Amino acid sequence: MSAPALVVAAWLLLVGLYGVVTSRNLVHLVLCLGVAQASTYVLLLAVGYRQGAQAPIFSDIPTSAPVVDPVVQALTLTDVVVEATVSALLLALAVQTRKRFGTVDPDEIGELHG
Amino acid sequence: MTRRVRLALFLASAVGLAVVLGFALAGLPGFDADLGRYASFVASHAVSQRRGTNSVVDVAFDYRAIDTLAEELMIFVAAVGAAVLLAHARDESDEGQAADLEALRAPSTSDLLRTFGPGLAAVAIVLGVYIVTHGHLSPGGGFQGGVILSTALVLVFVAGRTLAAARTRPLAPLEVAEAVGAAGFALIGLGGLVFASVFFENFLPLGTKGSLLSAGTIPLSNVAVGIEVAGAFALVFAELVDQMVLGRGGDT
Repeated sequence: MSAPALVVAAWLLLVGLYGVVTSRNLVHLVLCLGVAQASTYVLLLAVGYRQGAQAPIFSDIPTSAPVVDPVVQALTLTDVVVEATVSALLLALAVQTRKRFGTVDPDEIGELHG
Repeated sequence: MTRRVRLALFLASAVGLAVVLGFALAGLPGFDADLGRYASFVASHAVSQRRGTNSVVDVAFDYRAIDTLAEELMIFVAAVGAAVLLAHARDESDEGQAADLEALRAPSTSDLLRTFGPGLAAVAIVLGVYIVTHGHLSPGGGFQGGVILSTALVLVFVAGRTLAAARTRPLAPLEVAEAVGAAGFALIGLGGLVFASVFFENFLPLGTKGSLLSAGTIPLSNVAVGIEVAGAFALVFAELVDQMVLGRGGDT
């Protein structure tokens, strides 16, 4: 049954977006974005998972053995890397925001310069 | 827009999103369905075609290497962007304060951390190099190994007596490592164009399945990406540590 994994993916996306919308702190906002993005890892791996299949590493299993989808795993790898770099860039922007506006609350930044 | 209006708007659209998402996810194949055609082709042919036993790495660094090139350039740009933003912030700070940085002591470095930090850094380097160079054989690869390598530098930071000494914060070599890794991976792709007339074609001898020097260009790509990722992440860590040091200096 794939339903629990898909429910977790949908839940992570929605709860991450909720955090982004209601966040009062830019660092917290970046982490919430990470939670929302984590849903894509769960979704991709769930799409590729097969009952009773092994990891697609053929060093000690025959190539005819049933394995999970290697393509979505490579996509997940891309996804993780993108998330890490986007977080780094956004955190750097949060540091700059704190220097320039003296606050990391997105609402206060909007009030000052909206 | 007040917070309450925004929250109401979000909740309304989140319900809509949840409904649409539910329909979309219900249409996905279950865990007992057959793999897609591309996936089953890769799973059954990757090892005989490329001799790399980790088919995930075969996909990432050979079949779809061009996507990985884009992804790697993304890391490159993001790390450079973060470095530029944070270096800009550093320049704005008080110059006199910057002069004291070399003498700034780490606040709470315990003797234990100072003793074992360098040892753990050595372990991280060995593990990182292993993960990078064996990516085509076993779970791992350039991205994972590169991140482990960059943690070695973090361990040196936290174990160091001074946080801002130039020796533990080699920004210029890190930038060079990042650029060399990114360029190396792109050159491997160009090598395919030159020697096999297809961009990212595997133009080196494939060797025997399971040996360290096998799978043609895949281990080379892993090493290039490993260097690039290690440099990029270490650069971001180093710049963020700088911010921490400057922030504390400004507070006291």
